[in-house]
Amino acid sequence: MYEGAVQNLIDELGRLPGVGPKSAQRIAFHLLAAETADVHRLVNALVAVKERVRFCAVCGNIAEETQCRICRDPRRDDTVICVVEEPKDVVAIERTREFRGRYHVLGGAISPIEGVGPDDLRVKELMARLSEGRVTEVILATDPNLEGEATATYLARLLKPMGLKVTRLASGLPVGGDLEYADEVTLGRAFEGRRALDF
Amino acid sequence: MHVSHLQLADYRSYEAAYLELEPGVSTFIGPNGQGKTNLVEAIGYVATHSSHRVAHDAPLVRRGAQRAVIRAAVVRHGQTALIELEINPGRANRARLNRSPNTRMRDVLGILHTVLFAPEDLALVKGDPGERRRFLDELLTARAPRYAGVRSDYERVLKQRNALLKSAAAQNLHHRGGRDLPTLDVWDEHLAQIGAELLAARLALVAELQPLAAKAYGELTATQDPISLRYRCSATDEELDTTNRPQLVEILRAALLRARPDELRRGVSLVGPHRDDLQLWLNDLPAKGYASQGESWSYALALRLAGFELLRADGDDPVLLLDDVFAELDAERRRRLASYVRTAEQVLVTAAVPDDVPQELSGARFRVTGGSVERER
Ligand SMILES: Nc1ncnc2c1ncn2[C@@H]1O[C@H](COP(=O)(O)OP(=O)(O)O)[C@@H](O)[C@H]1O
Ligand SMILES: [Mg+2]
Ligand SMILES: [Zn+2]
Repeated sequence: MYEGAVQNLIDELGRLPGVGPKSAQRIAFHLLAAETADVHRLVNALVAVKERVRFCAVCGNIAEETQCRICRDPRRDDTVICVVEEPKDVVAIERTREFRGRYHVLGGAISPIEGVGPDDLRVKELMARLSEGRVTEVILATDPNLEGEATATYLARLLKPMGLKVTRLASGLPVGGDLEYADEVTLGRAFEGRRALDF
Repeated sequence: MHVSHLQLADYRSYEAAYLELEPGVSTFIGPNGQGKTNLVEAIGYVATHSSHRVAHDAPLVRRGAQRAVIRAAVVRHGQTALIELEINPGRANRARLNRSPNTRMRDVLGILHTVLFAPEDLALVKGDPGERRRFLDELLTARAPRYAGVRSDYERVLKQRNALLKSAAAQNLHHRGGRDLPTLDVWDEHLAQIGAELLAARLALVAELQPLAAKAYGELTATQDPISLRYRCSATDEELDTTNRPQLVEILRAALLRARPDELRRGVSLVGPHRDDLQLWLNDLPAKGYASQGESWSYALALRLAGFELLRADGDDPVLLLDDVFAELDAERRRRLASYVRTAEQVLVTAAVPDDVPQELSGARFRVTGGSVERER
């Protein structure tokens, strides 16, 4: 245990994902030794992310205005929506340059173990967007793991009565992995080979 | 295939051990508690990434040590693969293949195949259904590594589904027949799909095992006593005579629907491959509860031998590990078992005293004492 402020910092850092007690201690002492100006820049970046960044009112992606950059872009195709779990999946798919439609970010996947059901995801918002009638195809790009598959199955069944084309990314993605870690080529080819879902 | 080198660090009672092994028979002799089973267990771990004695890895690490390391050189089709496993209880285990650090555990699963005969095998006949399911599933995985994925997907579905059922049970949702649980339909579907994949594979495996086990039992006991392996599926009272996946999906779906009220009340999954059993029959009676000690032993050995024959027919002899099994058998069955296994590319035998090992299995001899192994010259 260290004196008050240092220990506080170690504790806070240790709460971050992927940071164990050893790393927390190393980062804390790094900050202690750093120039004051550098630390202020970090503090400002932290504060700015909480104060300026919000979630897009349309798709749930990260945005700095009411709507995100993609939702504001008039060149994007309004007839296709790609449904993903997290904002970082949007970034991953954008990197492939395969997709010119719109996104919908659910904010997670169905997982009873973690107490996450459909009501905890942005499913109602998705249905509202679809009921506007412009969308003809929904691509379900949830993670290729069990929870992602279950979420896709749930949505596919929900969407069935609406008569839309519902597709799922082709497998070939590493199973059990997170979409965000897939490389561009793999993810791009998965987009090419997306298949219709029929449950 | 065979293991040409084995090195242990902080594994069980071994602080450090290094063995050079040859094809053919090797015997490991030493009094009880000296580390014979530990050796055999380590080789089995390289093959299955689990111990036949304990469900968790912690006991595998030498008391006082942080991690255990097993290194094994496996020769297959004239090529040597060097497998290194680092066992870190409570954290992720790590693997290296041919010294490459970019190896995942699943990349080294299925390189070495072993068939282990151990005193615990009696539980195959006398124990719970879980023992027999594990026997089938381990054999499936050894023959086709993708079943490791199917099994873990199935366990994950079960966990998720049980969590949902439990929360539903807590909220008394069964009063409305589960209609408030649209996601339960989704988990049912995934359970039926993955469950059917596992079920189809098990049924096909049992059909392949049946004649081999019958033949092995006949040869071990020198009798004509008929044995039959009957797969009992929790989804139906009838004997399943299909391995057609779509049909099995239908059977599971229907059973899940029937079981739903019960499941919602009790908060657990009651239908699926995790509740199935492989019933072992001998002379038209279930072996469990009817067979004698000697018959039960022969039955267990016959199942292992059938597994060995299957793996061998797939193209490469698995390494046979016979841990302390001869002590349990009379002279006649010792001799018959010995002549059965002698033909394998590599056989590793442990025994407390040399006299327990039948003449037919002479070969290189190692002496095991207090956590060290020495080759006798
Ligand atoms: N994690 C461990 N650390 C140290 N010793 C262990 C560990 N696990 C088992 N042992 C010791 O190994 C011995 C048992 O070895 P085992 O291979 O089962 O004997 P046997 O030669 O009878 O087959 C016991 O003395 C036990 O105390
Ligand atoms: Mg032993
Ligand atoms: Zn948006």
